[in-house]
Parts: sequence; structure tokens; C-alpha cells
Amino acid sequence: MFAPVLVRHDPLEIASGGGMTLERPTAAHPFGTDALGRDLLARVLWAGRVSLAIGVGVEVLVALLGCVIGLVAGYYGGALDSVLMRTTDVVMAFPSLVLAIGLIAVFERPGLDKVVIVLVALGWTTIARVVRGAALSLRERDYVQAARALGADNRTIIVRHVLPNALGPLLVAATLGIGSNMIAEAGLSFLGLGAQSPTLSWGAMLADGQTFLSSAPWVAVFPGVALLLAVLGINLLGDGLRDLLDPRFHD
Amino acid sequence: MSLTALRVVGGRVAAVVPVAFGVTLLVFLLNAAALGDPARAAMGQRGDPEVIARIRRDYALDRPLVAQYGAWMARLARGDLGHSYHQQRAVTEIILERAPATLRLALAATLVSVLVGVMMGALAARRPGSLVDHVIMATAVLGISTPVFWLGMMLSLVFAVTLGWLPVSGYGGGDWQHLVLPAVTLGALHTGSVARMTRGSLLEVTRQDYMTAARAKGLAEPVLLIKHALRNAAIPVVTVIGIGLADLLVGAPLTETVFAWPGLGRLLVAAVGQRDLPVVMGAVLVFALVYVVANLLVDLAYLLIDPRTRAR
Repeated sequence: MFAPVLVRHDPLEIASGGGMTLERPTAAHPFGTDALGRDLLARVLWAGRVSLAIGVGVEVLVALLGCVIGLVAGYYGGALDSVLMRTTDVVMAFPSLVLAIGLIAVFERPGLDKVVIVLVALGWTTIARVVRGAALSLRERDYVQAARALGADNRTIIVRHVLPNALGPLLVAATLGIGSNMIAEAGLSFLGLGAQSPTLSWGAMLADGQTFLSSAPWVAVFPGVALLLAVLGINLLGDGLRDLLDPRFHD
Repeated sequence: MSLTALRVVGGRVAAVVPVAFGVTLLVFLLNAAALGDPARAAMGQRGDPEVIARIRRDYALDRPLVAQYGAWMARLARGDLGHSYHQQRAVTEIILERAPATLRLALAATLVSVLVGVMMGALAARRPGSLVDHVIMATAVLGISTPVFWLGMMLSLVFAVTLGWLPVSGYGGGDWQHLVLPAVTLGALHTGSVARMTRGSLLEVTRQDYMTAARAKGLAEPVLLIKHALRNAAIPVVTVIGIGLADLLVGAPLTETVFAWPGLGRLLVAAVGQRDLPVVMGAVLVFALVYVVANLLVDLAYLLIDPRTRAR
């Protein structure tokens, strides 16, 4: 996030002079340089912005879509509910990354925008289930019944009464979702199916890193550590939120 | 097996059928969306009229979508997944050729995750709150958060590139040395979950009355742990192994790419790069159906281990 303030080197700047490529970590380049002589620290930090933006951005869209689908399914029930939940079953019947790869193949050429589309298209199921469950149980609660008796229409009830009470589990699921989005994006980019050069991505950097694993291991080490720490932090935050919001998870 | 048990098993199997159909429908729609113009799909640059005609015929492209799905399903029922654009061979043949490598890797990875995971969990549960417990649980959380392909690269860096103990990549004609690193990598993701689950359920079990009774009988701790605790703790662990299937199948394309393992995952990734749609869709379909069936088997195993689930 703070990449522009933290580093002097342009992540895309290619060092002049042949001696600078794949340089070991030094004071000038704490993480070393890559095959084109670009400063790795700068690249890792800038790629972090991309990764975090994708993780959060996808999750916001996923949460919106999942909320709408989950609320509609849980609150109205009936045939609509059946259709939506069977769809969820089918999407969840796929190992997620495999289906994501299959969806990427539909597009003519890969890119980060496609990754966003694919992750949103596949990611909503968890949230939809969580929200649906909450909506189902809340629908019959006294205060919702009371609101209905007072003449509130469905939309008011959903927005004012059902949604706020589903917020806790939603928040936990969404936080954990950010981490898995970031891993999925890195995985797809690593396979060459996500971010394309010159777009920065930890996954794409790791693909470079593999090429030079024996001659310049630092190219592979640092982006991976960054990804690991980011995901670990987000997962811990999610676990913490769960402990905080859901009394059942207390030991 | 009693009649009720048969009915329960039958119910589980029947519940899977609509999901399996949904899976084929979704793959078909993906295929239809990707095909778009068959001339473009068949190699793009130089569309051989003969190939285009065959695709048109194979996919019944002149007819409505429902008829296309029917034709596609009829071919699928015969085990026909179409022809690869890139290799000029039947997709089914290519997939069958690659499947054993992935199966071997998946089994080895499961073995790693269960053995190491249960050991870690049991060790941690012996003295809850101790340093050993904390270190093991921290390792487990770390393992769950580590991107599988990066872990593979790091293991390869340490054990293959630096120490030279194991080969960097490849299949090596099927010897075990080539299997170790990919299996550990693919298994690692899941080892953490198994360890956490084992620890949790062991702690739960050791609090039960029958454990106190067995201890009062004077049974030695290891006997106690293996005979009484582990067996009862096995039920949730089986569930976790089932959930782990997803990790295995998600990790397969990544792990196989890192270690140049000639399995289905790498086939899928390569086929996307070559825009070889029949192979892509065939591999996606096989992965999904394997996942559905494996989940069903885990479900049924659950019925076998835990008599209580049979009653429902």
C-alpha cells in the first residue's frame, strides 16, 4: 500500500549496464535484482498493492453478489431457493482452481481482469450459503415477524433487520475470502494464466523465480515470503474476528 | 448390511446424481461459450476445413443448445471426450495416459498428510499448552497459509538444488526419489488441517469417562492413546481427509507445474496455453467428477466408521 513512499526504485526500470542483472541482495537492492536488473524490493512492494487490491476488490464484489443471492434464496425460499442452492452445489462440486482454469480458457487471452471476473463468478457460493443460512433462521424470528405485522415491506425488512444480523458471519467469511483470493490470483498468475507482463504480481514473479531457482534463488524467495505473510496476517485476522463475533468458537 | 443401511447408502448415492449432471452441464456451457466460432477455436490461424467440419459435426453446432448438450452427453456416455486440436488424438486416450501419475501423487500426498498430520496432532495433544504444542500448532497454521507452489519451490531449492539429496523435477520413470518432494509439497497444505483436527478431537476424547476408566485400569499411556483415543478420534479425522481432497485437486495443477510432473494438472495448464479446448474441458470434467465421486466415498466411509450416522 505504501510502496510509492517506501522505495526509490521504479519497479519497471531496467538497470543500465549488463552487470546488474540477477544481482545478489545488496545495500542498494536489499532483495537483489531480477533477470532484467529490476529492483526486487520495489517489485515485491508494488506487486503487493496489486495482490491486495485484487484480494479485497474481488471479495467486495463476491460479498455483494453472495449477499443478494443468499438473501433472495433464504428470505423468499421456494423454487427460487432450490434453483439457486442447486447451482451453488454444482459450483462447489468443482475443485475451485480447476474450474477457474477452465473458465480462463474461455477467454481469448489471459489477464488480471479475467482473473477478477473468474474469481467473482466462482467465489460467491460460500457467502451465499452463509447469508442464506442467516436469512432462513432470521425470517421466523419474532422481531422480523413484528416488523412484518407493522406493515414493513420485504425490502425494508431485509435491509433493516435481516442483513445487519447476518453481518458477523459474513464479515468472517469475507475476511478469510480475501486471503484465498490472493492465493488464487498468485496461483493463476504463476501458471501464466493471470497477470501478464508488465503487470506486477507475486505469482508471476514466482514463475520468474522458478526459472532462476538454482542461479538466483532470491528471485523466488522474497515474493513468496511476502505472499505468505500477507495471507497469514489476513487469516489470523479472520480467525480473530470469528472468535470475537461468534461465541460458539470460544474454547 | 441391513436394509436401513442400504437405504441410507442409496440415498447418499442418489443425492450425488443431480450434482454430477450439473457438473456436466456447466462444463458443456463453458465449452459452448469457449467454442463460439468453431473456425476460430480450431487452431485460430489456419482453420483446416476438414477439422472445422468435424468440430461442427462433433458438437452438433448447427442445432439448438439443448440438442448440442444431448449430443455431447451421448458421446460422453461412450467415453468420448472429443479430439485434441494439438495432438490429433482422442482426449480420453490422453487423459488416461496422464491419470496414473496424478493418482500416484495424490495417494502419496494423502499418505504424507495423514501420517505427519496425525503424528503432529497426537504429539501436540499429549501436553496441551506446552511449548511443543505451541510450536506444532504454529507450524500447522503456517502450513495452511503457505502457497503450495512456493513451498514446492523452496523445498526444491533446499533438498534438490542446495543439498542435492533429491531430483529437482520430473517423473524419473516412476522411482520414489522423484515422488518425495511433490508428495510432501502437495500434502503439506493439508497436513496442518489434519494436525489441528487430530489435536482437537484427541483432547475431546481424553476428557471422556471411558478414558479415565482405562487409565484407572492401569493401561500404559501409549496403549491408551492408540487403542482408545486415536480410534475414537478417527471420525472427525476422516472428515478432514475428505475435505482435503479439494486441497489435493486444487494443488495438483500447481504442484505438477513446479515439479514438471506429467499428470492431469500439468496437462490442463498446458492445454489452456495451447488453447486446446477439448483437452481443457475433458480435464476439468474428469477433475470435477473424481472430486464428486471421492466425496461420496468419504461420505460412505463415514457411515462405516461411525455407527451413529447410520441411524439418520
